[in-house]
Amino acid sequence: MTEDQITYVTDGMLEAQGKWGPSRTSYPITTTDIRRWAMATYYPKRPPPIYWDEEYAASTRWKGIIAPPDFNPFAWTLTTGTPTKRSGPILNVQPRHPEGRPLTGMNGGQTDTYGVPMRPSDIISSRSRLLDWNEREGRLGHTIYIRTEVEWKNQNDELVRTRISTSIRY
Amino acid sequence: MSISFEELKVGDSMPSWSRKTSFAEWNRYAAVNEEFVPFHMDDEAGRRAGNEQGAFGMGNLRYAYIVNALRDWIGDEGIIREVGCQYRAINQKDEVLTVVGEITKKHINDGHRIVHLKVDVLNDSDRATCPGHAVVEV
Repeated sequence: MTEDQITYVTDGMLEAQGKWGPSRTSYPITTTDIRRWAMATYYPKRPPPIYWDEEYAASTRWKGIIAPPDFNPFAWTLTTGTPTKRSGPILNVQPRHPEGRPLTGMNGGQTDTYGVPMRPSDIISSRSRLLDWNEREGRLGHTIYIRTEVEWKNQNDELVRTRISTSIRY
Repeated sequence: MSISFEELKVGDSMPSWSRKTSFAEWNRYAAVNEEFVPFHMDDEAGRRAGNEQGAFGMGNLRYAYIVNALRDWIGDEGIIREVGCQYRAINQKDEVLTVVGEITKKHINDGHRIVHLKVDVLNDSDRATCPGHAVVEV
């Protein structure tokens, strides 16, 4: 097999492309979840009070505490029984080297578009789908760039976040 | 803090935002994001992953730093609409990371005062580790 004939695309990827996978659901978000997230990402400095001071937050346009937009309500989640918290079932449809050699993976980046903020007591549902991919020869050899879309909504069916992420495998 | 949309100009920079990062920051982030990946926690695992200097930081934490820099700039009344970035370089231990941003466009859309920026996270050598963009409402 010559280099230009190599593909890491699998039948499973072709089958899954564009199809939303099953939804999964977070536990209710708590004020402690939000405060700890903000403390970790602002460490060693104090995070803004909008993330932890209920009295102050009530005086803002938000009328209460909100979560930082990058907050992940699916950390430590077991509600769907899956041990792979970051990936819905369709994301387990992975590229594969034609000769079975394990591929190395890197996070290529992401674009998040935000809707309504996450708040204490919110329950977030998530679904994902494989969007597309392209393959080319790079400095690390034959490489595939895979784009995935993940959509989050809250319990009121309001859009919270859409993420388009790029995974790099070589 | 609040900023005046009228006073913002294309080419203006937002205030830079810095953190020195090492295990103290990475472990805290790993704890809240359940991101216990060996090459973020152990030097030998980092070397096995191809980074001679050992363990290295999370891309997601750099993304959080961009979000934090935007929040600190626009204040609590502002709205972060969109943030995107590419992970181009490794965050080495004990590096000082600095989020920078420059206004590329501003417009009013249906009464919403929208500002577009190009953003990045620079390392100690001023190398771009995380080029990207952001859209905020002020």
